[in-house]
Parts: sequence; structure tokens; C-alpha cells
Amino acid sequence: MDMKLRLKIWRQKNAESKGHFETYEVNANEHMSFLEMLDVLNEQLISEKKEPVVFEHDCREGICGSCSMVINGRPHGPVQGTTTCQVHMRTFKNGDTITIEPYRAGAFPVIKDLSVDRSSFDRIIQAGGFISVNTGQAPDGNALPIEKEQAEKAFDAAACIGCGACVAACPNGSAMLFTSAKVSHLSLVPQGQVEHSKRVQDMVAQMDKEGFGMCSNTGACEAECPKEISIENIARLNRAYMGSVFGSQK
Amino acid sequence: MGEIKLESKVPKGELAEKWTKYRGSMNLVAPNNKRRIDVIVVGTGLAGASAAATLGELGYNVKVFTFHDSPRRAHSIAAQGGINAAKNYQNDGDSTYRLFYDTIKGGDYRSREANVYRLAEVSTEIIDQCVAQGVPFAREYGGLLANRSFGGVQVSRTFYARGQTGQQLLIGAYQALSRQASTGKCKIYNRHEMLDIVKIDGKARGIITRNLLTGEIERHSAHCVVLATGGYGNVFYLSTNAMGSNVSAAWRAVRRGALMANPCFTQIHPTCIPVSGDYQSKLTLMSESLRNDGRVWVPKKMDDVMAIREGRMNGNDVPEEDRDYYLERRYPAFGNLVPRDVASRAAKVACDEGHGVSPTGLAVFLDFAAAIERYGKAEAFSLGVANPSEAKIRELGEKIVKNKYGNLFQMYEKITGEDPYKVPMKIFPAVHYTMGGLWVDYNLETNVPGLFALGEANFSDHGANRLGASALMQGLADGYFVIPYTIGTFLSGEIRTPQITTDGPEFEEAENAVKARLERLMGVQGNQSVESFHRRLGKIVWEYCGMSRNAEGLKKGQQLIRELREEFYRDVYVPGDMNEYNPELEKATRVADFLELGETMMVDALNRNESCGGHFREEYRSEEGEAKRDDVNYTYVAAWQWTDKDEIVLHKEDLDFKNVELKTRSYK
Repeated sequence: MDMKLRLKIWRQKNAESKGHFETYEVNANEHMSFLEMLDVLNEQLISEKKEPVVFEHDCREGICGSCSMVINGRPHGPVQGTTTCQVHMRTFKNGDTITIEPYRAGAFPVIKDLSVDRSSFDRIIQAGGFISVNTGQAPDGNALPIEKEQAEKAFDAAACIGCGACVAACPNGSAMLFTSAKVSHLSLVPQGQVEHSKRVQDMVAQMDKEGFGMCSNTGACEAECPKEISIENIARLNRAYMGSVFGSQK
Repeated sequence: MGEIKLESKVPKGELAEKWTKYRGSMNLVAPNNKRRIDVIVVGTGLAGASAAATLGELGYNVKVFTFHDSPRRAHSIAAQGGINAAKNYQNDGDSTYRLFYDTIKGGDYRSREANVYRLAEVSTEIIDQCVAQGVPFAREYGGLLANRSFGGVQVSRTFYARGQTGQQLLIGAYQALSRQASTGKCKIYNRHEMLDIVKIDGKARGIITRNLLTGEIERHSAHCVVLATGGYGNVFYLSTNAMGSNVSAAWRAVRRGALMANPCFTQIHPTCIPVSGDYQSKLTLMSESLRNDGRVWVPKKMDDVMAIREGRMNGNDVPEEDRDYYLERRYPAFGNLVPRDVASRAAKVACDEGHGVSPTGLAVFLDFAAAIERYGKAEAFSLGVANPSEAKIRELGEKIVKNKYGNLFQMYEKITGEDPYKVPMKIFPAVHYTMGGLWVDYNLETNVPGLFALGEANFSDHGANRLGASALMQGLADGYFVIPYTIGTFLSGEIRTPQITTDGPEFEEAENAVKARLERLMGVQGNQSVESFHRRLGKIVWEYCGMSRNAEGLKKGQQLIRELREEFYRDVYVPGDMNEYNPELEKATRVADFLELGETMMVDALNRNESCGGHFREEYRSEEGEAKRDDVNYTYVAAWQWTDKDEIVLHKEDLDFKNVELKTRSYK
């Protein structure tokens, strides 16, 4: 079914300039993905020799974590557990007005239009989101059995795609869900135990340094996470952090 | 450019001992010298990230470049099904030799024996390394690693992490890279696109990049350059590749004298979600792992076909006896798990004969009803449910299927709006992977000294067809376990070379050339968008160099691409400015390179007068319609040179099979 839509899109030339909303009309089709609908708009703009809307995207199958926009007030739009690229236009109705903005968070400055700088996430991982094992040092893969359920839990945390929706959803602009998911993933496998305490402290310190806000347990992050990462991870991080600060040092 | 001699540099000795002996006797670079040597790695997918991390661990100064905003976004992230390794944990007869043999056979005898054997050999170490990094592979109840089967093999050797194996492996490599970044051994340049290679005295000594946020053109030097920039599937426009995946880094290397090997060897994956409209921007893969349990079929009767196309019926309404499970019928030994090229062609045949089940006629069914029933019954038995009802069996079976493939089923439902637990999936082949790539020797070095190519960017391991779950294996093998050694064969001769300056005339020339190219593209100010050219190119390549090819079509395709290229430089419109964040300009440089690669593919496909693997020439087939190789005349790698006069010149590397006998591939 064909549909006519009105889009209110945030346009901002660069980080320094002031942004504003502009309104566009676009013809779409219910089978299109949300980004394909934006492609249509951009082709239309280019044919009018106007500048297309800049937005981040790449794999378009919900796994690379590039897409980052707020659709009608919700990061990744209205569909639960779904990235923007996997939202299809059948979710909307003919005649709808859709508001599209970039993520808004202090630690994610706008680069242009809907694109923001999320390199702070890389730096949090660099602070300790890894297991220190050089190539070639590994024992046999089956040397250390891991309980199936434990491995599944580690996977659930590791499924984070680093898109930053949790930060955009949080009223405090906190990165606790992202950081805790990595801390959980690595603490739930035995290989990650050795560096556990140091990892927690270093990653939390980096998170604070990047200017992310504090967590006040609103749960908005979990609600908007396209991979439905649980806030249990935040509880796990808090416990680990307390343990690393107040626990006995051996 | 002088005469090019392609030396494979395969070490002497028995196949099984080559790598070990070579590793033990090759020249090394001492730690104190490694500290003084710079290495550039372009690309941060499995091959690039693992190579950069490992080279950093060894002590080299590594500069890593990606056009993405983070190394973790590389398209390896989207690989679903798994990674092969000859662990033989299942005790089902697997071995290094068997993995080697399956890969050679699967590639239809067009890959280099020694490279493939080495790949099989190091496969086991990859799994160990990834487990040590914390990759949460699927496990059995006993806590040990689980396996499943992929196409073209009769053992279970595929390790996996639900349907997100690529993601988990890439995050492992990304974390290893992040660790080196934290120590300063790797410096990561995000949002930097490589636009040229710089050669000094014939050796690769640096790259020219564009800072994608500011548009600034930058010079970066090193003692050698490693390209791990992926494949060129997006030449078809519609493919399962990410939107940004491109050939430009590899193609820029070709324009600097490297050779493009076997570019016509492209993989069409049999199980993708069919095209639904003209606006479509990409295709989505449904993992090959689904063929473990899904059965592929089309209706036998045309009445049923039409009723399904018109929406009056769905797959479930077709009685068992009116279904043609054509893979099981044609290939009883491998059934639904034949290799990808075979499965794709069979789907094309079914649709060409008019049995396609979507409104466009371009789809076949992938049906899980039998698996759901089988798993449901087994589960009911193990739970002790006596006389389970059909509904109960379904419920239990769906749960098991959900555990195995939940994310894939969910993805399918999101895209198509249909519930694959209830009605059979509709699938169709789509471009997925490119076996061709930069020509490299045993050291993974191109014919340009000091320029290396890893992963999908090179041509070396998969011949004319790649087996499922082998791309992840190759990317990580090259990055973790091959290049860290073989790079020493070049760098051990460079220990007296001081840091390379970026002030020389070669950098100057390359930078100017890049700027001139960008200015040319910006300056056209025509009337058609970059995207529209890309779509048209894709249609030409798909039409004439897709699932089946013939001489006449290939000649026509080449001509059409030339015309399109000419039109592109006459009428493309790139909005905005060079000196700012301008995604349209990025696309324009990539499409410009695809327009040259596309022609080279046509020329390669036309040259290869045989059918092998993914390259199916209609003129060369057996009476049963299977691919017919010509081992006498075409057992070689076709490596193409793009000359300054825009001519495409062939160079050959003969393939020498000493350990396997060249046979007609049979999966019957």
C-alpha cells in the first residue's frame, strides 16, 4: 500500500551551528524499511539539488549498531526490540507526521543532521572491556567447560550492538547499560575473572570521564534497547563495583 | 610497468609440513626492531582487527584505518551461521585433511592447495583463541563447545554463537584491538577512508586518506601496508553486504599495479529474503544453518503456484505429494545441504521453469514444518509426555527451533511481515560473498612488494565457491595466525629502513591525484544521483554476470558498463562540498571504482570458457545441467592488470594439484 507522510527532520550543518526542524513530504510504501523511506526522501532532495539528510546506517539488518535516530521521541522508533533499519513502514499509517531527531546526549555530540559522535563508547571498551590474552597463548577451547546457561547469559550481555540507544533514552544520558553489558559478558565467562575488579573500576572511571550521567534506575535504557539487554547487568555491575572497592584485596 | 611474474612462493616439502617448516625457518624481525617499524592496516573486520591486534602485541607500531565510526561496525559483524574448525570434537571423522579437501572440492578446484591446507591447519587455533577472549560460543549441557553442519560437508565442524557468530567473533577481535589501542601500540583512525596507495621505489609505503568528517586529505606512511577491506559484492548494488562495503581500497591498489584475481568468482547465496520492490536498498541473508533443518521445495502443479502467487493459498495448503523437494531429489547424498552455488542454481532452475512462489516468480520455499514436528516429538518423549497432541508437538517443536534460529526467524518476520513458524519462508538467491580479490602469494603479499591483502579482500582460499562458515575462518586465520608470521618475510629486509617520510614526491603525487579525482567528481554537477548510477550498474552486472553467464551477454555487459561509466562522469550530481562531511561524495568515489571493477568481472567471466563453482557459463554444462569444468585449459588463476591506458591485461598463475585428484564435483 502506498502512503503519504510528512517528516519533521532535524537539520544541523555541523557541531557548532544551531539546528532546526524542517518539514518534508514523502511518498512511501508499507514494505519499505524506515531507512529506505529516508533514501527516497534523499533521492528527492538530490533531484532538487538540495543537500540530503545525513544519517548513520550500514548493515541494514540490525546488527552493526550504526543507525542512531530518535523517531517520534523514541530511539530506534516505535517497535520493541528493533533497530531503526528493521522498522518497516507498515508500522505507520498513511498521512502520519513523523518527527526524526538525532540522539541527544552530552557525551554524543551531533556531527551533522541525525549523525552523532559515539567514539566515547570505543574509549570505554579501551579502558578495560577485554580479556588480556595475546594471540597464540590460548589453551584448547574445550579445556574449560562452561555451564550452558552461564554461556547463554554471557551471550545475552554480549549481544549489545553499541548503538547508544540506552544513552539516548536515559534522562540522565547515562551509559550504564552499555558499560554493564560488557562488564557482565566478561565476568560471566571464567576467562574474564582474572581482570574482573580492575576492569570494572577502569571502565566506570572512563564512563564518568566521558561525561555520561549517573544511573537513577529509571529503566528507560532496557525499554528502548533494540537487543533487549537487561538492566540485571547494571545490578551486576554495581555489585562488582562495590566488591572491587570495598572487598578484600586478596 | 615491466613484465609481471606471478610467483606463488609456496614452500617446498610435504603438504602437511609446509607451514610448520616454513614458520620455523623464515626470517624474523627482532623485538628491538619491531619497535621501530610502522605497519598500516586498512579495515577493521575480522581480518583487519585480528591482524592489527596481533601485530600490536608483537610490538609493531600499527596504524589502523576504518571508514566506519567505530572498528566494531565492520561488516563481519553481520555474519550469522558460524565458523569452521577441524577440531573433530564430534568424533565424526573430521581432520585437517578433510577440511582441506572439502574446501578444495567445494571451491571446484580453483584454489591454491598450500594456502587451503594452511587454513585448515590453523582453524583449530582460532577456536581456542576466541574462547580465551571470552567469545560466548554455543555449548552443550556438559559445558563443552557445540557444533552444527554447513553445506558441502558431511561432518559437524561449525562452531557458532546463536545466529550472531560474526558479531561475537568481531567483538572478540575488536576488544583485542581496543586493548592494543589502550597501550598505544595500535592507533585507530575512525572515519578515515583510504583513497590511494603510495609506492616508493616500487614498495607500498603509505596511504592517502580522507577524513570523512572534515574532508581533509591526509598522508600516512609505514614500512608496509596491509589491506583487509573486504569483498566487492556491492558491485551488484543489491547484495547482503552492508551499504558501505566497497571495493575502493582494493581497486586503488589495482590502479597502483596490484592484480585483481578471479573477479568473476562471486557467490550467490541460496537463502535470502526475496526482493520486494524497486526502492530496495539491500538484501537480507537467512543463514545457511537453516538448511540443517529447513527443507527447500516448490509446488509441482502450476495451479498451486499461481494460487500461491495470487495469495489464494499458502505453502501449507499444498499436499505432500504435490511438492518438489528438488534438492533432496537431485542431490540425495547431500540433500538440502549441498554447497551454495549448487543450491542457488537449482533455485534458479525451479523458478525459470515457472515454479517460483512469490508474485515476482522469484522465490522458493524453505519449510520448517517437518523439523518442528521432529523436534516436538523428540522433546515430548524426553519430557515423558504420553500421547502428545499435535498442538503440543508443535508447541514443543517451535520452542526448540526458536532456540536454534530465533533471531533469524524474528528478522524474517520483521522484514516480510509473515510468521515463519506458521508458514514456510520464501527465499531466493542473492549476492553474498566474493571469492575473487587481490592476487596474493603464500605470504598474502600482492605483486606489489610490501602490500598485503587479507580476508575477503584476497582471492586465495575459496577457489570458485566458498563453503559456508569458512569466511570467518579465513578472516581470522589470515589476521591472527598467518600475517603475523609472513609479514616478517618482507619486514626482515626493512630493519635498516628509517621511518618513512610523507614529504617525498611520491606522497605529493598521490595526494594530488586524490584531490584531482575528488574535484572531477564534484565538478560534473550533472543531473543524476550517485545512487541511480549504482542501481543501473548493479542491474547490468546481475543480468550479465550473475547466476548464469554467456559469451554474448558478457560482451554486451562490458559495453553497457563502459557506456554507463562515460555517462557517470558526464552527468553525475554530487551535492555539498569536498571539505566537509559528505556521504554522497564517499558513495561517488566508490561507485566510480565499481564501474571499473564491473568491467573487469565481465572480461574475466568471458575469458573463462568453463563453468566452475559460482561461475556458470551456459555454454559449458553437462547433460544434467551441472557445471562443466575445463581442467586442461583453465586450471589457473586469472589475475588482471588495469593498465594506464585503461586496458585490462591477463596474467596467469597455474594451479598445481599434487595432493588431490581433480574430479567432477558430485553431491549426488
